[in-house]
Amino acid sequence: MTTTTQAHADNGVNVEALIGVRDMLPENPDIAKFQWRSTTLWVHGTHSRSDVETFFGFGEEQQHHTTFSHEVDHPEQFAAQDKGITPVEYVLVALGGCLTAGVAAVAQQRQIQLRSVKATLTAEMDLHGILGADPDVRNGFSGVNVSYQIDADATPEEIKALVAQSQKRSAVYDLMTNPTSVTVDVT
Amino acid sequence: MQTTTVVVGAGHCGLTMSRCLADRSIDHVVLERGEVASSWRTKRWDSLRLLTPNWMTRLPGGYAYRGDDPDGYLTAQGVARLIDDYARDTAAPVLTGTTITAVHPASEGYVVRTDQNTWHARTVVLASGACAVPVVPAFADQVPAGVVSVTPDQYRNPAALPSGGVLVVGASATGVQLAEELQRSGRQVTVAVGEHVRVPRRYRGRDIFWWLDATGVLDERAEEMDDLVRARHLPSMQLVGADRTVDLNSLQALGVRVVGKLAGICDGHAQFSGSLRNVCALADLKLARLLDTIDAYAGGVGERPAPTEVADVPLGIDLRRGEIRSVVWATGIKADFSWVDVPVFDARGRLKHDGGVTPWPGLYVIGLPLLRRRRSTFIDGAAADAADLAAHLAAHLDRLASASAS
Repeated sequence: MTTTTQAHADNGVNVEALIGVRDMLPENPDIAKFQWRSTTLWVHGTHSRSDVETFFGFGEEQQHHTTFSHEVDHPEQFAAQDKGITPVEYVLVALGGCLTAGVAAVAQQRQIQLRSVKATLTAEMDLHGILGADPDVRNGFSGVNVSYQIDADATPEEIKALVAQSQKRSAVYDLMTNPTSVTVDVT
Repeated sequence: MQTTTVVVGAGHCGLTMSRCLADRSIDHVVLERGEVASSWRTKRWDSLRLLTPNWMTRLPGGYAYRGDDPDGYLTAQGVARLIDDYARDTAAPVLTGTTITAVHPASEGYVVRTDQNTWHARTVVLASGACAVPVVPAFADQVPAGVVSVTPDQYRNPAALPSGGVLVVGASATGVQLAEELQRSGRQVTVAVGEHVRVPRRYRGRDIFWWLDATGVLDERAEEMDDLVRARHLPSMQLVGADRTVDLNSLQALGVRVVGKLAGICDGHAQFSGSLRNVCALADLKLARLLDTIDAYAGGVGERPAPTEVADVPLGIDLRRGEIRSVVWATGIKADFSWVDVPVFDARGRLKHDGGVTPWPGLYVIGLPLLRRRRSTFIDGAAADAADLAAHLAAHLDRLASASAS
């Protein structure tokens, strides 16, 4: 019902390639097994640097085209040097990036041309948790809000459906809404 | 023992297949481990009624519901009686009390081993049902000792559960029905809600199935689906076989507490997903699209259901605290083909088939969700599916006959 004016939507997402991978999965389920990696080196104080370069997927070792480096620190208000954003802000970066990639991909699949997409993310957190000042307050966010402003060749209902579908297929949304087993050891 | 076709299971699908084979004079036998319509007699809760209205209970040969309540919903016993009558009226060659232990390929078809005789057949039709074994998440065994854990095939009525709070896991047809019944029994129910399909019982004065039938939605074919895997795994519609809508709003009005999908149980704590708002938004959007389809067919616009209410909900409950005394796993049900020793399963153990035709010549399956069309999911879909598969099976027998003649 919506395809008359946007038969050639191009959001720059190669949906055919993604669907091609999915079509291969029934016979080759192992190509879907991925491992993501990052190394973090302490620099000074609360400042550290996290590098991301390699990963494993599609059955073999893979590499980004360069090593991406991320400065992690805390702001001066925490008596730190503000060499980078805080770890919890990286979580918001990850969620916004993941959901927005999903919006673009789903829009491409549904032949919806996007003109602009902006997500504003906020997370509420109570410092009583990480400061150990109140055992009833959790360390992490008490809630996260994501607000989208989207200009696209689509009805408001179709845009809502894009955003809902991108949450449904988002790895970071899943990571934040569901428990994940985490193992930390020292070697 | 020798026959041309072994049909496995004497439910509505197996008997419909039998009827279609008889129409083509194909020699066959229907093997049934219990009695006719066994699961309808032994594995359904007391209050269960069909989700489809009586007029939709149609089997081939002009066989249909003949009572005086075409808009009502059959009880499980009523379904069993109807299938029993059908077996008798069609004189289906049913052997009851015959449990199949294995089906193997053989040089000329199949060997079907049972706890009675061994059968040799050119072709086999699996009609043992989509609802053989309950599916529960791997962490179901983490429910703390002292909390009763049941699956819907074991559940009969609220008296089976201890008094006190109940956690119903899942909000498809089974989950919402049991949540409603248990809340009405005086127990505080918490229902954990993942992806679900919300539909009203009636829209614009007609049963939702009247619209799905009239608009052609039920006739949409498997090969037309954008995403067949997803369509086949869609949860069942939130419906009860009665003249009322049951959804998250109606449950909350009764006092049921709605929480997110049960994501895990860790040290006795049930952990619920924070995705509740999104699964409700998805269900409301999908509902609106269905009602748009109906309005486009009928003209005008009907009165739309209110959006799903989502309160701020807890992300966890300590199951050891006594608040929850029992857990009902309404987390799905699946077919059991563990006795099928034929290489027709994918890497994840799912039976591969194209509209009921498996990749191994002469082996067919019927009675799975969306087998060939949306209607396949319901009793009303058996007639067309069986006719199609019987035609394919007859052509296969013809090829075998001409190959051995030449």
